[in-house]
Amino acid sequence: MAIHAVKGNWWNEPLHRMEIIWISIAFVWGLVMFSAMIYWHIAGQQNLSNEAYRIDPEVFAARAEAMADQYTIGEEGDTGVPIVQPPPGSDVYLIARLWEWWPVLQFEKDQSYRLHLSSMDWQHGFSLQPTNINIQVHPNYDLVLTITPTEAGEFFVVCNEFCGIGHHTMVGKIRVVDKK
Amino acid sequence: MSVGALEGALAWPEEKYRICGDTGLRVYAKAETLIKVNAVVGVVFLAVGGLFGLLVALTRWPAVHLLPAEWFYTLLTAHGAAVLLFWIIFFEMAILYFASAILLNCRLAAPKFAWLGFILMVVGSLMATVAVLQGESSVMFTSYVPMKAAPHFYLGLILFAVGALFGCMVFFGTLVIAKEEKTYEGSVPLVTFGAITAAIIAVFTIASGAIILIPTFLWSIGYIANIDSLTYKLVWWAMGHSSQQINVSAQVAIWYAIAALVLGAKPLSEKVSRSAFLLYILFLQLASAHHLLAEPGISSEWKVFNTSYAIYLAVLGSMIHGMSLPGAIEAAQRRRGFTKGIFGWLRQAPWDNPAFSGMFISLVLFGFLGGISGVVLGTEQINLLLHNTLYVPGHFHATVVAGTTLAFMAITYLVVPLIFRRELILPAVAKWQPYIFGIGVAGISLFMMGAGTLGVARRHWDITFSDSVFTFDYPGTAFLMMGLNGISAILAAIGGLMYVVVVVGSILFGKVRDEAAIKANPIVAPGAAVSSYGGEGTLKLPGTIVLVSVFFLAFVLYYFINWKFLSEVWPLS
Ligand code: HEM
Ligand SMILES: [Cu+2]
Repeated sequence: MAIHAVKGNWWNEPLHRMEIIWISIAFVWGLVMFSAMIYWHIAGQQNLSNEAYRIDPEVFAARAEAMADQYTIGEEGDTGVPIVQPPPGSDVYLIARLWEWWPVLQFEKDQSYRLHLSSMDWQHGFSLQPTNINIQVHPNYDLVLTITPTEAGEFFVVCNEFCGIGHHTMVGKIRVVDKK
Repeated sequence: MSVGALEGALAWPEEKYRICGDTGLRVYAKAETLIKVNAVVGVVFLAVGGLFGLLVALTRWPAVHLLPAEWFYTLLTAHGAAVLLFWIIFFEMAILYFASAILLNCRLAAPKFAWLGFILMVVGSLMATVAVLQGESSVMFTSYVPMKAAPHFYLGLILFAVGALFGCMVFFGTLVIAKEEKTYEGSVPLVTFGAITAAIIAVFTIASGAIILIPTFLWSIGYIANIDSLTYKLVWWAMGHSSQQINVSAQVAIWYAIAALVLGAKPLSEKVSRSAFLLYILFLQLASAHHLLAEPGISSEWKVFNTSYAIYLAVLGSMIHGMSLPGAIEAAQRRRGFTKGIFGWLRQAPWDNPAFSGMFISLVLFGFLGGISGVVLGTEQINLLLHNTLYVPGHFHATVVAGTTLAFMAITYLVVPLIFRRELILPAVAKWQPYIFGIGVAGISLFMMGAGTLGVARRHWDITFSDSVFTFDYPGTAFLMMGLNGISAILAAIGGLMYVVVVVGSILFGKVRDEAAIKANPIVAPGAAVSSYGGEGTLKLPGTIVLVSVFFLAFVLYYFINWKFLSEVWPLS
């Protein structure tokens, strides 16, 4: 009984056959799940980049602004937010700050970009919808990931790390267009 | 002063105790009082925190959208702290004292020290709750830097943790006394072993908490200039995740205790069950890693190694308990003559007894909803699909509410008659409570997971993004999920209220459980008082085999479905 002290040598009690089988299955299943992650690093297409740098928020902002100065192609409606279309393969910067994602980025379908994410203030959550990719964004860290949009259309970046009272208004936009 | 008087002053005073009419255990008055006060304060926090949970859920129901944004975030923070920290840990203190002093027939070591710990916990929890409700500390219970709370928020948490540490020390002290004074023979009971597991993990947890919360407190009063946001998370989760393993250990110990008390069930094998607890201690500390899977600046090797090598062996521990428990119950039932078919033993189980039904529902929901979703969520790459979505609270309401909270509720139905020595009032309400609460919590878990799978963010006031420059429309199903979540929340809240009414009502107004009541209404299974253990040998347990097979199938299928989902999103590297 589980609520009573046990006398005698319980360690040498024989095991139930079902226990041995179940423990073996569970153990092997653990190994399968372990291997699956490694396998995906080799053969899978969706892995979070390990490339990250420490960076000052001002430096990051300056790089984003330099990119915008060079590649702005217009303004998103009457929002005042520039639409920036950097060339495929280039370094692209997306600023997270209270409470916006800046600027609006325009990508070409099936092209890869080196997307940099960093925050100017608190932590934010990069949640790309409706694709559903979710990545944490920290201040002072510049995360660089290579991203390849596979469908054209309008996508949104919802903030999914609580960042204060305006958190729910923090939505950004990414456009994906077909290659000209 | 004469030598004799000095000796008298130093000697342990004889402590008052009684012999429990139900179990024959020796119950010391001081231990009993401490169990009572800790449990009662815990239940108060559950009642208040549960109400906050309901208000939060009603706000997240877009058609209702109850609270303004400021209150939503304030009460969400208060909800997390009140239930996850205060309710659970106060109740765990009661469990530690029960599993040491009561189960080992021993007096409590240093009851004054235990009271000091209790007072620190009360002061700390009140201080932190007040800080949150004042509105300047709506930082969520995780309080990620660089967002800053008021200093007394951190200070309250620190005092609370120190108090809990005192409780653990009293627990270990009691074990030592019991051993020295030979109040039991042989090895400690399995339930006590589970409690030891919980307490060891608690010490590690509180140490991590000190390492992170003390500097954060100093930072909040301006003494330290800067705290790195990533380092904070790493250490914070060494506390935050380990504390979940305390809950699991405590809850599994409670499952075994209820099965033993109600059915006279004994573990299939002491060796297996104890080794499974040991796996928790050995392989969980690094599980803090699975909270960092979507963070920058941490290598994949570190993430994969620490989430899996470490975590899958802890998962193994849970899978073992997931087999041992139904196995023990099936064996006990078959021994009592319920041998018809594969599931006759289960059909004939005491489903009217809320201690049993609560325990079994807790076991099933924890395994199927909480366990499977946890492993999927903790897979390095799949985490990208679900990180910070509502899937996360969906998962942990299955573990910590359907699992831990319901298990604690279930044992309360035994604690009230055995420790408070009161008969339950409103037995019909008590009988239905685990079902109503269980269905409600299964609902909130499933629907939050569903919404999360569709990308809905957690900790988010308005999924229609009012006042935002850009708005995005989540699919209609997401809104449906949030509505169903709201309805389930109402059900869960009703279940919670039923629990509070029965428990508080019984303690205050229940009939005193005297000799006659014990005879008329025995709550401990006949034979449960007999000390026996050992493998059930060759007894065939087909029902358990079917249950674990279904579980395993569901696990494997759901796991691979999520890889399939992942393979469809934009390539990333
Ligand atoms: C009536 C019962 C309950 C209901 C209806 C409920 C509902 C909710 C809802 C809707 C959320 C918010 C999800 C979000 O927007 O991110 C939440 C968060 C949470 N709940 Fe509950 N809950 C209940 C009981 C509990 C209990 C008993 C516990 C712990 C033992 C618990 C622990 C938590 C925690 C830790 C959070 C996360 C807070 C945060 O994100 O900072 N809940 N709950
Ligand atoms: Cu944000």
